[in-house]
Amino acid sequence: MALEEKFAEVENNEFYSAAYQRFLAEGKLIGSRCRTCGHVCVPPKPICPGCHGGEMVLEEMKGKGRLLSYTVITVAPPLMVEEGYDRNNPYCSGIVELEEGAKVPARIVNVNVRNPEKIELGMGMSIKYLKIGQGNERKTFLAFEPTP
Amino acid sequence: MAKHRKLGRGVAVVGAGLSKFGAYPKGVRTTDLFVEAFKDLESSVDKGFDSRMIDAFYLGNLSSDLFESQVHLAPAVANRIGLVPVPTVRIEDACAASGVAFREAVIAVASGIYDVVLVGGVEKMTNLDTPQVTEVLASALDPDTEVPAGLTFPGIYATMATAHMAKHGTTEEDLMWIGIKNHYHGSLNPKAHFDVSISDFMKKRAESAVKKGLPKPQWHTELDFMKDSKQNPIIAWPLRLFDCSTICDGASCILVVAEEMAKEFTDSPIFVVGTGQASDYFLAERDDLTSIQAAKLAATQAYEMAAIGPKDVKVAEVHDCFTIAELIAMEDLGFYEPGKAAGAIRDGETRIDGKLPINTDGGLKSKGHPIGASGTGMVVEIFKQLREEAGDRQIKVKDPDIGLAHNVGAHGSTVVVNIFERR
Repeated sequence: MALEEKFAEVENNEFYSAAYQRFLAEGKLIGSRCRTCGHVCVPPKPICPGCHGGEMVLEEMKGKGRLLSYTVITVAPPLMVEEGYDRNNPYCSGIVELEEGAKVPARIVNVNVRNPEKIELGMGMSIKYLKIGQGNERKTFLAFEPTP
Repeated sequence: MAKHRKLGRGVAVVGAGLSKFGAYPKGVRTTDLFVEAFKDLESSVDKGFDSRMIDAFYLGNLSSDLFESQVHLAPAVANRIGLVPVPTVRIEDACAASGVAFREAVIAVASGIYDVVLVGGVEKMTNLDTPQVTEVLASALDPDTEVPAGLTFPGIYATMATAHMAKHGTTEEDLMWIGIKNHYHGSLNPKAHFDVSISDFMKKRAESAVKKGLPKPQWHTELDFMKDSKQNPIIAWPLRLFDCSTICDGASCILVVAEEMAKEFTDSPIFVVGTGQASDYFLAERDDLTSIQAAKLAATQAYEMAAIGPKDVKVAEVHDCFTIAELIAMEDLGFYEPGKAAGAIRDGETRIDGKLPINTDGGLKSKGHPIGASGTGMVVEIFKQLREEAGDRQIKVKDPDIGLAHNVGAHGSTVVVNIFERR
């Protein structure tokens, strides 16, 4: 196998990072399901953390889940400051448990960040892909919002 | 899986050193900070020692690479303290760097390969501004999920806090008591970054308000001050400024020797009787957000090796990078049942005059959290407390014979627990 082919194979490996990001940009949240024990991971893992088996299949998540926990951040990292978040414009991040069983950190949008104590744990969440930035800098971020 | 592990031979701590923690000027190098700790260590070895006896050097450090554009730090530090040509090792396990380095030094001595090992940690963080430091720290998070979600370290621990509150009814006030307690302890530690109690802060802030011609603030208690959002603003709800450890510079080090040689250095060595370490997934993947599995596993290993239980511990240093982390640590280490730690803190059980003093040096909150220096910094405090050399902050418990140090890397994806005994 030519070296270029090997590199392309690694880059395109659906269980590696680059592919996860590429799928996200296409509006797909991808995980892996273990053929042996059924364990689901998002992002996909090449080796099952449940049974240590290596027979993993790719699976697109349906994008439904519930809010497990969250925070409302006022002191933002540079990435979020660039998007205009700060003390006067805080944002919510949290952890969503998907119907498939995997749990993912994500931005939580369309919740009342002015009253963080009112955000309800356990509430139903639906996926939303945030497209941020222009041109080559345009990136897709995983977010969830309360299911209406 | 359960395997009873033991050290190949006994290992003792015979010296401990700490630099003053704080924000040093930009010109002060990481390597020079370590010299400060090493000089302090030299003066702590009762019978003195010749540094040519040191067989190897282990150094914990998060990122001199990003903070100071210097890599290959371990030999550079060895060079400053006259250790060349001993073998040197730098260990990076996020905030557990030097706790892990300590464990590795113990394992190396126990193996018989070395007799005398210097182990320490150092970090010079303040050359960068706070957003830059936050970004460096966030490089310990998952770049595919946690970082794009906008999570920061306060955000990660805040997420654990929210879950703990929902499951156990923990309140923001419960967390404030931890900050109050750790600042009280820190006020008794001249080496602490913020060696001031919350009462001291209140006095200073009130004086400065009056000086500026503003009305004198009306706080009656330390808790009033902590609840004042102007003084104690939200960083990542429900965590506020005084729930977060400090960004600072500092160094710490420990002299670890084979037990049979300990009396050459001191008549009162402290013995390493248990050590344990585990890893964990990124936060979201865990079964429980209100507890850190790696801490429970590391503690179980250490307790089993030491043949003791949590009830035998007389003093503990736990990783309070955020107040919620101290609360969770108290439960993960088995000191309190899940959901019961908050009440114990409120009752003063973990103050220096309580029945299980925790973070007697002020913890990462008040003493400071120069990342790489924190793990061995905890061991320095246990060494002092077990030898009853902690001065004003010496615990009141009679016969302090067992101490424990719990050091967490990142959100708990590394945890190391070390247990010490005086005989």
